[in-house]
Parts: sequence; C-alpha cells; structure tokens
Amino acid sequence: MTDMNHLAILPILVPMIAAIANLLLSDQRSDKRVVGLNIGFSALLLLVSILLLVALAQSGQTAAAVYPLGNWPIPFGIVLVADRLAAIMVLTTSVLALAALIYASARWHSRAPNFFPLFHALTMGLNGAFLTGDLFNLFVFFELLLAASYGLALFGGGRNRVRSAMHYIVINLVASFLFLIGVALIYGTTGTLNMADIARAVPHIAADDRGLFEAGAAVLGIAFLIKAGSWPLHFWLPNTYSAAAPPVAALFAVMTKVGFYAILRLWMLVFANLSGPEATFGQTTLLVLGVATVAYGSIGALSSKALDRLASYLILVSAGTLLLAVGYNSPGVTTGALYYFVVATLAAGALFLLKDIIDQILPAEAQVLAVSMELYGDEEEILDEDQEVSRTIPAAATLISLCFAIAALVMAGLPPLSGFIAKFAMISSALNADNAPNVATWWITGALIVSGLFVLVSMVRNGINIFWTSLPEDGVLRLRPLEIGPIVVLLALCVVLAIAAGPAMGFFAETAAFIHDPQAYIQIVLPAESAL
Amino acid sequence: MELTLALAIGVLTASGVYLVLRPRTFQVIIGLSLISYAVNLFILAMGRLRMDAAPILSGANANPADYTDPVPQALVLTAIVIGFAMTALFLVVLLAARGLTGNDHVDGKGN
Repeated sequence: MTDMNHLAILPILVPMIAAIANLLLSDQRSDKRVVGLNIGFSALLLLVSILLLVALAQSGQTAAAVYPLGNWPIPFGIVLVADRLAAIMVLTTSVLALAALIYASARWHSRAPNFFPLFHALTMGLNGAFLTGDLFNLFVFFELLLAASYGLALFGGGRNRVRSAMHYIVINLVASFLFLIGVALIYGTTGTLNMADIARAVPHIAADDRGLFEAGAAVLGIAFLIKAGSWPLHFWLPNTYSAAAPPVAALFAVMTKVGFYAILRLWMLVFANLSGPEATFGQTTLLVLGVATVAYGSIGALSSKALDRLASYLILVSAGTLLLAVGYNSPGVTTGALYYFVVATLAAGALFLLKDIIDQILPAEAQVLAVSMELYGDEEEILDEDQEVSRTIPAAATLISLCFAIAALVMAGLPPLSGFIAKFAMISSALNADNAPNVATWWITGALIVSGLFVLVSMVRNGINIFWTSLPEDGVLRLRPLEIGPIVVLLALCVVLAIAAGPAMGFFAETAAFIHDPQAYIQIVLPAESAL
Repeated sequence: MELTLALAIGVLTASGVYLVLRPRTFQVIIGLSLISYAVNLFILAMGRLRMDAAPILSGANANPADYTDPVPQALVLTAIVIGFAMTALFLVVLLAARGLTGNDHVDGKGN
C-alpha cells in the first residue's frame, strides 16, 4: 500500500526530470540519441501510469493512492490523490503523449528549438492537474500546462500560429484570473483548499455565506468551461488547434478534457455531498451548455473544408458530449462518458496526426482545393526533405484510408467500434434509469444521436474529397514508419477497447460509482476527520 | 477600509476588462495587468481584512485570533509570480505578432 502511494507522484516526476534533462542537453534537434532518450522518458511515463492503474485496479473499488507532499498533515499541506478516475486520465495522457512524441521525432521536433522540454512540461502539467487533491495546486498545475501549451502552440512559428496563440494566451490568462477569484471565494467561505476538506465543510457553511460559496463555484465553473471548450466560451479552440503543429494538436486533444475532469471531480465531490435543491446546483446549466456545444461543434464540423478544422470541431463535439454526461449526473451515464473520454481522445489525437500525413502525400493542387488557404494554411512550412528515410509501404493508401475510416467510425459512434459502445452505454443507462425518462434524457439522447449523424456526414465528405478525388493516380505513397506507427497503435487501442468492452466497462462502472460517492473520497483523504 | 478596498478592486477590474476588450495589443496587456492586481487584492480580502495583525504565529501559546490568515498571503505570492511570468510571456508573443503582421491589432489586420 505504501508503494502504491509513492506511485502517485511518479507521473509528475518522470516528465519533470525529462524536461530538465532536455534543457541540460545542448543540441536536441539532430542527435538521434537525444530523440531516443526522449522516447524512453515518455515510455517510462507510460509504464508508470500502467503500474498505477494496475495497482489501483487490484486493490479494490475505493482504493486511492494518497501522497502528502512534504508529509505535511493532510488538510494543511498539499496532497496528491490518485484514484481510478485520475489514473484513467493519466494513462490516456501518457498513451497519447508517447504516440505524439514518436510521431514528432520523425520530423517535427527539428522544426524549432525546445520541442521536447515543452512537450514534457505539458505532460507534467496535465498529470499534475489530474492527480492533485488541492484546489490551489490545481491552479498551479493549470498554469504549468498552459505555459507549456503557449510555447507549443507557437511551435514552428509563422503568422497564423502567432496570431491564434496570442488569442489563446489572452483568453487563458483571463480564465486563470477567474479561476483565482473562484478559488478565493471558496477559500473565504470554507476556510480550506483541500478538495476533500471543502466537500466535508460545504454542508456546514453558514446560510449567509452560501450565496458567496455558490458564486465562487460558478466563477470557477466558468474558468473550467473555458478550458473545456464549452459553447459559448470556445471560440479560441478551432483556430488554436488547427494552427498548432500536428503532434502538438494531438496532445492538445487531451487538454480540453482537463476542464471536463475538473468539473466532474469538483461537482461530484462538492454538490453531490449536499441535500435538497443545492445538490443539483448548475446541473441544468451544464446540460444546456453541453447540448449547445454539441450542436455548435456538429454544425462547425459540417462546415469544415479542411481536415484539421474538422478535427478541432470534433474536439468540441466530444467536449460537449462529456459536459452533457456530467450534467446528467447519474453513475451509468458517467460510466459511458469515461469510456467515451478515452476513445474520443485517442481517436481525435490520431486524426490530428493523420491530417499531417495526408497533407504530406496529397498533391499540392489538391490541397488548395481541400483547404481554405487564405484563412488557415497560408504559410505552410517548407518541408525539409526526409530526415528519416521514407520507404514505400505496400498498400499505403489502403492503410491510411483504413485509419481514417476507423477514426470516423469511432468519432461518429457507429457500430461495431468503441465510439458506438460509449454512446450506447450513455443512452441506454439514461433511458433505463430508475426514474422515468425526463426532458434531460431526451435532450441527451437526441444530442448524441444527431451529432453522430453530423460527424459521419462531415467525415465521409472529407474522406471522399481526400481519398477518392485527390490521391495520386499511381497509388504509390511514401510513409515514414515512425509516423504511421503511432496512428495505427492509437486506433488499434480504440479497436481493442471495443473488443474488451466488457471488462473495460466494468472497470469504468466501478470508477463512476466511486466518483458519485463523495463520502468515500473524503474517507480516503481525511480518514481521521470525516466524522466531523 | 472595506469601502476603499472594494472600490479599488472594482475600479481596477472595470478598467482592466475595458482595456482587454480594446483592439490594440498594448491595451490588452495593460488590461490584463490591471485585472491581475484586482484579483490579487481580492484574494487578500478573502482572508478577511485585519489591521495590525501579523500573519506568522510566534510563541508556543499564541492566540490565533490575534493573527491574520496567512494562507491568502501565500496564495497571493504564488498568483503574483505566475501572473507576472504569464504577462512577460504574453509581451514576447505580442512583439512577435507585431513583427510578423506589421501592426499591433489583436487580429493582425490593422487599418
């Protein structure tokens, strides 16, 4: 058990050491050994995340690794809490990070200096945000991941990137200030920053302070919704994501999910612990925003001509779907949402990488047709030719279009792949809940099904445009194994999750049951004081 | 004192929000700085306003009521450092955008 507690900090330490090691190495761009070292660090992170998840899975449903930093007494010092939800998030991040890093090490990392340290710093911030059990520490990790993401959004330079990164930075700075206001209000009314302690203290807040506390929670919620890309706070997202370098955009696919995670964690912890009308505080808002985000993302996907743009709108659709699930507030729907989170993140990451491969192989004139050049792609970088030897893979075109088809099926939620299972789990448990289906049930069902249709239409349209009309006639394509490999692995994981849906769903169901039981979380973090 | 502080926070926030919504990047960065001052003051105020009270306990049997809450001061310190670093970073991006687009409009369009 003590070993497991120490595992909780490793997903933060490994990328931190990796980032520092990179800064000490002078030339990161050309040396093959440095590239290998970075892949090694990322693989180590993946190993640690797997160990953490396995350790948690083996030690019971309510197990969590609690790591008090500096061994301060728990409500006063900062604490890391790795429960199953955090471990799932960390593992998804690690898988995506390794895939994106391997992809980047074929070509992209040498485009500009300091790719690897920024990349590891972003991973560290993400893992920290998932693992921390302290509200202010969550802010610090948010800033860490944002600082790294600013650098990565600018990675490669060019007018487009600088312009969209500038908007991104301003919006996130304002969101950070909202975050601070929310944290300050919550501290002022509960007198603590530890999440479990907040959950414990909330039922005892004086009636006079309750309004202030709810205002704080609402302000904090807005900060999270901005990061989650919820309508109408999402306008930075499509520009930033489609302008970012593809491996960076792939890792950004998990960044919006940090907002979803924070809302899920805090809302379940704080408000599910209350009784009466306050237990559903903000639920309707989340549902409405979720539906609006899904609708906006679907329409945006339909209107996208370029694949990177389309992938950005698919991120919005998945963000909206997850918000819907949080707003619905039932363990069954949360189970489906967790499954959806994993597959949608992996598929979106794969799609961003796939877009880059397609950009490389499409003839230039086809790209002019496919992309609205004057808006988004006016300063494509000069491709420095073949640092890594590309070789002709037989049936390369088939492989790419198969990858595209799998990504499309997963994102649209069509059978037999995992996207369908996720949506089916959400809809079925929403309809089969104890109480009769209400308005919210029909909205969530409708949003999930209709958005699937929209996504399918837009994916198919893009696929036809790329694979049937634009590919070179002779069908001979050159692919780098280092680039197509990670995509295949990411999509294969989606397929594996569909095959192993039974055990995976069981695990997610236990996780969801734990999320919906704030008392269990409080017991673990504050064993001695939960009786108060 | 409450009124003074509330007015200060309100004026800083209002000016900051107005400036952030302006089209020039320099106005935006000044606006962000003003908002960050307002937020820092706000965090301090959430530890309740106290006069003549130290934030650090001294002596074994000190009465906590004689002291002001130290946590918001620690939070403010962190918030100041992070806000300062982010503003500095934004300044660099602002200059890069100025160089690449040739003007200081936030959309790079100019007039």
